[in-house]
This record gives sequence, structure tokens and C-alpha cells, in this order.
Amino acid sequence: MATAAALPTERQNYLNSNYGWKSWLLTTDHKRIAILYLISITFMFFIGGFFATMIRLELLTPAGDLMTSDTYNKMFSMHGIVMVFFFLIPSIPATLGNFFIPMMIGAKDLAFPRLNLLSWYIYIVSAGLMIYVILTGGVDTGWTFYPPFSTTYSNSNVVLAGIAVFINGFSSILTGLNFIVTTHRMRAPGLTWNRLPLFVWSHYATSVIQVLGTPVVAITVALVAIERLWHVGIFDPKVGGDPVLFQHLFWFYSHPAVYIMILPSMAVMSEVVTCFSRKRIFGYHFVALASIAIAVLGFLVWAHHLFVAGISAYAALVFSLLSYFVAVPSAIKVFNWTATMYKGQISYATPMLYAFGFIGLFTMGGMTGLFLASLGIDVHVTDTYFVIAHFHFIMVGGAVMAYLSGIHFWWPKMTGKMYPEGWGKVAAGLVFIGFNLTFLPQFVLGYMGMPRRYHAYSGEFQVLNVLSTAGASILAIGYLLPLVYLLWSLRYGKDAGPNPWNAIGLEWMTSSPPPTHNFDETPVVTWEAYEYDHAPQEVPVGN
Amino acid sequence: MATSTEVVAQHSLQHHFANMEQQRESSTLGMWIFLVTEILFFGGLFTAYVVYRSMYPDVWEMGSTHMEFWPGTINTIVLLCSSLTVALSVRAAAMGAQKTTALLLLVTVLMGFGFCGIKAYEYHHHWVEGTIPGNLWHYNVAENPDGTHSVPPHELQLFFFLYFVMTGLHALHVIIGMCILSTIAFFAWKGKYTPEYHNPVHISGLYWHFVDLVWIFLYPLLYLIANKHV
Amino acid sequence: MFQNLPLWPERASSFANNVDALYIFLIAVTGFFTLVIFVMIGVFAVKYRQRAGGRATQIEGSYALEATWTLIPFGLFMVMFVWGAAVFMKEVQPPANAMDVFVVGKQWMWKTQHPEGVREINQLHVPVGRDVKLTMISQDVIHSFYIPAFRVKHDVLPGRYTSIWFHAVKTGTYHLFCAEYCGTLHSGMIGEVIVMDPSDYAKWLSGGAAEDSMASTGEKLFQQLGCATCHRSDTQGRGPNLAGVYGKQQLLDNGQTVFVDDNYVRESILNPGSKVVSGFKPIMPTFNGIVSEEQLLSLIAYVKSLGVPQNAPGSNRPAVQQGVTAPNTASKAGNAKVQ
Repeated sequence: MATAAALPTERQNYLNSNYGWKSWLLTTDHKRIAILYLISITFMFFIGGFFATMIRLELLTPAGDLMTSDTYNKMFSMHGIVMVFFFLIPSIPATLGNFFIPMMIGAKDLAFPRLNLLSWYIYIVSAGLMIYVILTGGVDTGWTFYPPFSTTYSNSNVVLAGIAVFINGFSSILTGLNFIVTTHRMRAPGLTWNRLPLFVWSHYATSVIQVLGTPVVAITVALVAIERLWHVGIFDPKVGGDPVLFQHLFWFYSHPAVYIMILPSMAVMSEVVTCFSRKRIFGYHFVALASIAIAVLGFLVWAHHLFVAGISAYAALVFSLLSYFVAVPSAIKVFNWTATMYKGQISYATPMLYAFGFIGLFTMGGMTGLFLASLGIDVHVTDTYFVIAHFHFIMVGGAVMAYLSGIHFWWPKMTGKMYPEGWGKVAAGLVFIGFNLTFLPQFVLGYMGMPRRYHAYSGEFQVLNVLSTAGASILAIGYLLPLVYLLWSLRYGKDAGPNPWNAIGLEWMTSSPPPTHNFDETPVVTWEAYEYDHAPQEVPVGN
Repeated sequence: MATSTEVVAQHSLQHHFANMEQQRESSTLGMWIFLVTEILFFGGLFTAYVVYRSMYPDVWEMGSTHMEFWPGTINTIVLLCSSLTVALSVRAAAMGAQKTTALLLLVTVLMGFGFCGIKAYEYHHHWVEGTIPGNLWHYNVAENPDGTHSVPPHELQLFFFLYFVMTGLHALHVIIGMCILSTIAFFAWKGKYTPEYHNPVHISGLYWHFVDLVWIFLYPLLYLIANKHV
Repeated sequence: MFQNLPLWPERASSFANNVDALYIFLIAVTGFFTLVIFVMIGVFAVKYRQRAGGRATQIEGSYALEATWTLIPFGLFMVMFVWGAAVFMKEVQPPANAMDVFVVGKQWMWKTQHPEGVREINQLHVPVGRDVKLTMISQDVIHSFYIPAFRVKHDVLPGRYTSIWFHAVKTGTYHLFCAEYCGTLHSGMIGEVIVMDPSDYAKWLSGGAAEDSMASTGEKLFQQLGCATCHRSDTQGRGPNLAGVYGKQQLLDNGQTVFVDDNYVRESILNPGSKVVSGFKPIMPTFNGIVSEEQLLSLIAYVKSLGVPQNAPGSNRPAVQQGVTAPNTASKAGNAKVQ
């Protein structure tokens, strides 16, 4: 470490290997592409966050007084579309996954570097199109695009928004394809599947879903666009079409899609919890196989979104049962992470604080999913704020928390700089408090019967809505802070050295930021993942 | 010859792969996964087809009578033959016969043109008949088997919509395949491939086989429903 | 103090207690496990915090523990599934003698109609203590009919009838919401459900403007639209005689059979060519765009009123051969329900 600190800027790395916009826009280096993705999705996150802010402000009062109904409908629609398709789906895989999967398996790059760059360009084209849609009046169908509203009755720019989602799908498919091939074919000598970091296992499961699910939603959204343009009746009951078929096809992707968003979060958790507990993961094989089980079972539960949509009672029974099955592997993971902390040497750096938050909130988010899988309760709470609260617990309390955890954990590796730990802790605390204040009241609101996507609402729901908005303002500060101090750290942060956390994993065995080819020599792996018994028992920074 | 082969092989090895074998296995696996994606892409349409056919079996049978038997059948034969020529071209590439590879691929592309031409003829036929779904639809009287006339059920548009989307998407794949194979044929003619390095021929061939396979499903599902041809 | 901040809406239907009991059970389980996880994290974080010179104790895992935290949650999940399914199955099976009410959703209002002919907008009056079955359809996009106090909800689809039922147990006025996003004024597509004493309800029903029952409205339409010229009450019509067909299997010209219910009658009016009764030609013009959803409901009510099954083995013949029930008596039978 001392030598690394002595020569902080001399060493060639992926950031200083060459300069100029061409060296970035034409790069095939997975690390640079990850950075490109990081910048793009952060931008989209704050666009989506702006819409969320507007929604929460409108809901301060029962009357629809801040904006018109049409504007409000566009706000929540674009919040959903931007956050789901342009932030959450690419969030961890396209940034942290892109950056660290090759490094964790000792490879020089992903299997298809040019395809990787292409996927970023596809993302940029689709995101650009989406921003164009936003600037030219927006879209008001909800992120779910349900016909016949989307195909016939909406007056907004559904076709272009649909095309944006369609194009964006290919970015996701290419990322998944690249990860699968990379995991199969690019592992360093000695790195068997049983020695693979769980980060890679989880991303592998994610990629399977991306490859299998995304094409279905792509063609479905394309059909909506065609239906809207030419009125051919594929989902239009007036010409014999069935709008519920759309819902089946849509959720065949969009339910597994929540696992695209949450499995990479679990990937981050397995790395962070072990590092800051100085422990091997508890039940390695169970955690690894739970990821695969989630990916497989996740494809068999889509119709639990349709319990009151006009499917037969027997179909509902089957999908309810299957939905309970998919909860089991998630529970296994939570228990294993918790057990990993047992008799560890736990330190409280920012990534670990987020991990504490993640495990708790994911437990709550997952368990409230059981309410929705339960037929008797789902009839009452589906399409209410209960659903909103549930999936924000998974998506924000889960996925975003894990994303922030991962960003803080690997920031020193990606940039070579430490973020300011004190501010990190403050932000983590704000996010946790703000999050709970925002979304806990929404469970109650939902059970009280407040439907989702309501611009104006009945007076008795106001108190809880005010609480929620108050929480959201805290949450917003919690999200803006890291943006500021992480950027600050790029210039003023302390040099991190190759391995500030004394972490295990191939990515920590090279300098920070890593050289373009990741490793000076291809590593040969002779150990299992998370052998923290052979690592220093203390994390020197972050306490 | 052997040395030049090695040189070619080393030039074709991308920097991040350890050796040719890893590169070949990666690109082959990548193509297989891509084809799985394609299957699900068509899968959404096949699902819609199955759902609506089970809802309106008679309409599907009626729709099928609008398909012309011989153009569809000839197209099936054309595509099957083109799969054979692609398979032969891969074999030729593995044996190092580059000009043969290029010529066989060229024959394949020509058959692709033939397929598209026949398809265009069929589309034209539907255009004349008025069975383009949507605003262009003007097929409003159907002749019954006994000579009387009646109004066709409006679900007939659904059949035709799925017909056009499925065959259209397939035709798009054929056209993309023709572009890929032409490129490969060009490189083969230029002498880019060797018995050690001809994976582009191989995976492009995989893609073309997939495109044929989709048609093998489309043909009976669209053309061979009604029993009038038997 | 907390009376004004309740955790659940009023329990005004027979389902409410069942749903809430299951809900409380799930909250208890969720609360327990969340507490367990939070406490474990908290305790471990403090007890095993990093100490100078300390060493973590490495544990590979434990099959016994893995089995425990796989099987116990799984068992609990199965309890939740069975319980939830039991509650649900009651909700989807309307009792045979339930009172009918018809609902048409449109952007952005609810139109309800009682068989006796009384129509309401954004309101639904029902008697307490009776099983009420709603038959619902949308004339544009997908809506969802939601009464939180009853714990019932179902999507209202265009092109197809869906139904829910409930049994109100408490008089009062309750929220009616549209729960499926349906466009600009989605949040304005609300109304109220007024549960009344049976006597008040009867009074309310008869107090409205004197309107024909749905069946007799349907009969008039049947004449006006010229349906009766083909669907004659004898065997000479070019279309099947409709008496007695409702609620039975009907043989089609492709050899299949179809059960004659609301959805089939509706489809036969709007898209007559798709399922033609055996022995008849597909010559009927479509009434798509000519009759409204409300009129369709009236026509169905009329066809249903013809359905006094005097000729039991009607399933194999296109139409009942003889014995048409006078529509008027049938529609009176509808009135007789309300007491």
C-alpha cells in the first residue's frame, strides 16, 4: 500500500490511458462503458426523481390543485417508464456488473466488447427518444401501457414511448447475452463455478431473465404501437381482440423484470456483507442456487398481476401458489446474509449501512409481497397504494439501496478515490429514514382503499399522504447528497489504494483505478470466494 | 501455407481472448443465446396466434383459405434448399475451400431473393384482395361454400394481422440474413477464413437455419389449416 | 385519539371480516419475521463489531439451519395460500339466488341499472342483508369496480361481462372507486354505494321515475331493431327462435356447442357471424355501433326472460319448437324479486 500511495498518478489506468471524447465514445473497454452507463442512468434517475417529486407535491392536498389531471397522469406514467426501463433495469448490471464481472472472473474484458458498446448506444438512442417524448408532451398510459387505453383512447405520444421501450429492450438483451457468455467462457484458470463470487452468480441469473423475458415485452409493446397506428385490433375487443392477452404478455416479462432489478442488488449484498463482516458467506451454494431458483420460478408467476383482471379462478389459484414458491429462495438469501454476520468482525462503513437497510427493507418488501400473492387480500389491495408501497420497498428500499451500497463499495476501485465517509453515513441515514417515512404510510393508505394513480383523493387519506410527501423530501436530500460528495471526491478525495477495505476478490488484486487490461497477468485462482480467514481481520477505513 | 494460416489466425484473435478456441466457443455460445432470444421474440406472436386461434377456430380456417398453397409450398422448399447450401458452405469453409464457400453462400442469398419475391407476390395478392388489416381493409363480402355470400367475421382481420406480422418479421429476418451471408461470402471470396478460423461462417449459418426453422412453423400454422388442399 | 386514523376501512360486507382476519394474520407473521431480522442485524452489528485483534469465526454454513429457514417459511406460505384461496373462492362464486344489478363503466362515470329499470349514475343503492351480483361491462377502456368497505374489486372490461358479488351487512354510504387507470379523470370516476334497509330500498326503488323493467325495455328494442322479423316465435324464422335458449348448451353449425350466457348473447348481437347456431346461415347483420352497452344489457335481460325452460331438450335444436312465454309475465317475475 505504501508504494501505491507513493506513486499515486504515475501508474497507467483505464482513465488516463488516453484522452479525448473519441477515446470514450468509441471505447470497447468494459470499465469505460460502465462509466458511460453510470453517467447516463444517473441522469435518467434524476429525471424520474423529478417526476416523483411532482407526484408527491400534488398529493399533499386531496384536491387536484397543483396541476391538471392530464399533467398528473403524465407525471406518474413517465416516472414509471423512466425509472423502470431507463434506471432500474440497467442500474446495477450495466454499471457495476459491466465494470466488475470481467474483473471478478479474471478476464480482460467481456466476451463481446463491441456489443457492449453497442448496447450503450442503443440505450442512449432509446433514452434520447424518451426524453424527446417527455419534452414534446409526454405520455399518459402508465408504465404498463394497458390497451385499449394506450391503443385507442390516450391522446399522448404512446407510439414513440413504445418505440423507446422497444429499442431499450435490445440494450438489455445484449448486456444479458454478454454476461452469460462471459461467465461461461471467460473465467480465469481455476475459477470454477463453485469458486465464483456470488455477484457473478446473481448476475448470471439476471442475464437469463433479460435474455428470455425482454424480447417478449419488446414484441408486445411493438404490437401496441402497431395497433395504435393502424387499428388492426390485436388487443381491441371491438374487432375480437383481447386486452387481457396484452396483460399476460406484458407481465410475462415485467414480473421477471422485477427480478432483473432485485437479483443484482442481491449480488451486491453478498459482496458487501461478507467484506464488512470479514466472513465467508453463510451457505454459499444455497445463496447461489437461490438466485437461479428465483430466475426460473420468476417466469411462472406473472398472472398474479391479473387476479381481478378477468382470468379464471383456477388460473388464479395456480398462480397464487406459484407466487409463494418464488418467495422461498428470497427468504433463504435474507437468512443467509444475516447468518453471515454472526460472529463476524462487523464494521460500519457506508456500504454496510446500506446493506443493513437493504436486508431489513427487503424483508418487509418481500413479506408484503405475500399479501399480494394471497388471493383473498389481493382482491382488496391490488391497484391500491399497497401495491405501490410493496414494489417501492423492493425497488427503492431494495434495489436503489443496494445500488448505492455498491457504488460506495466500489467507488474507490472505479475512481481511485475515497468518498467522504462522514457524509456517506449521513446520506445513508437520510435515505433510510426518508424511505420509511415515504412508503410505510402507503401500506396503510392502500389497505384503507386509496387506489393508485389518483390525481385527487378523498379527504380522509390526506394525513398519510402528507407524511409520505414529507418523507419523500428527506429521501430527495438523501439522494442528492451522494451526487454532490461523490463528484467532490473525484477531485478532493483521498487516494484509495488498491484495496481500501482489505476485501477479497480478484477486482481488489489490481491497482485502483484498474489498468485497461485489468490485470498485468491473467490470475490463476486456487481459492474459494470470500476466504476472509486469509484476509486481515480489520477494515482500516470507514469507521 | 501453414504459416500463413497461423498468421491469419493470430490476426483474427481479439485481444481479450486467450486463444482461438475460447474465441470460437464464445461467439458460438453467443449466437445460440441470441437465437433463444429470437425464439421468445417470435414466441409472443405465436402465443397470440394460439390464443386467438382457440377463440376463433373457424375464422382461422377461413383465413387459411386465403393463403395460396403453391407459393407457400414453393417457398418452404426454397428455404429448405437454402439451409442445405448453407450447411454445405460451412463444410466447405471447414475444409478450406473458400471460393466454394463464397459460391454456396451466394446461391443461398439468391434463394433468399427468390423467397422474398414469392412473398412479395403473395402480399400483392392480399393487397388486391383487400385483406390488409386496419384502415386499408376492404374485403367485406365472403363467398360461402354453397355459393351464397355473407359478411366475414371481423376477427378475420386478426388472422391477417398475425399473418402479416409473423411473416413480415420473418421476412425481415430473411433480409437481414441475406445481408449477413453476402458479407460473409465477400470475405470468404477474399480469403479471410481458414479451417482454423471460419467461425463467422458457422454462426451466420446457425442464424440462417433458425430463420428457416421459423418458417417451418409458420407454413403449416398459416397455410395448412383448412382442409381444402388435401 | 386514534379513532380518526383507522388502519382499515369499514367492514360493511360479509367478506370484510374474512379478509381482515387473514390480513391481520399476515401482518403478525410479517411483523414477527421483520422483527427477527432487524433484531438479529442489530444484535450482531453491536455484539460482533470490529475489535482490534479480534478474529471472525468462519462458518461454512449449516444444512440444518438451511432446512429450517426453508421449510418453516414454506409451511407458513402454504397456510397463507390455502387461507387466501378459501377467502377468494367464496368471493368468486355468486350464490344462485343473488339479486342482479348491472354496471356499465365509461370514461369517467359508473352507470348502474337495476332489473326493475331504475338507473343511477355514480351511485349504487343496494339493500342490506341480500346477496347482490353485479354484471359489469365497459364501453371504452378497462375500469375496475372497487368498494373498499366491501373488500371487493374486479376489472370491468370492454367486450366482455365480468361479475362480482357481495352481501352488505351494514347500512351506510361507502366509497366506490375506479381502481384501474382509465385516463384523464380516472380519479374522478368515483361514486358511492348506499346500503339501505330492505324496506327503504323497496321504497327507493319504487319512488324513482316510473321506468320499464330492463326486460320490457329490451322487448321494445327487440321490436324496434327488427330482430323479431327473423327471430320469430315460431319455427318459420330465418333466425333461431330465442325462447328457452338462455342458460343452456347450444349446438353450432361447426359441430361445437356453446353455453348461452350473457357473453354469448352479446357476441351474437355484435358479431353474429362468429358462432352461428346449427341449421342457420350467417346472414344476420352486425349491430356493432348501433346498440349501446345499456341496450345490450336490456336485450339480454329480454332474451333471459324468454328463458322459462318449457322445452327442456332444447340443446340440440336451433330453437325451441313451441311454447313461447309471454315476455310481460317474465318481466313481472323480475319485479317479484324485490320485496
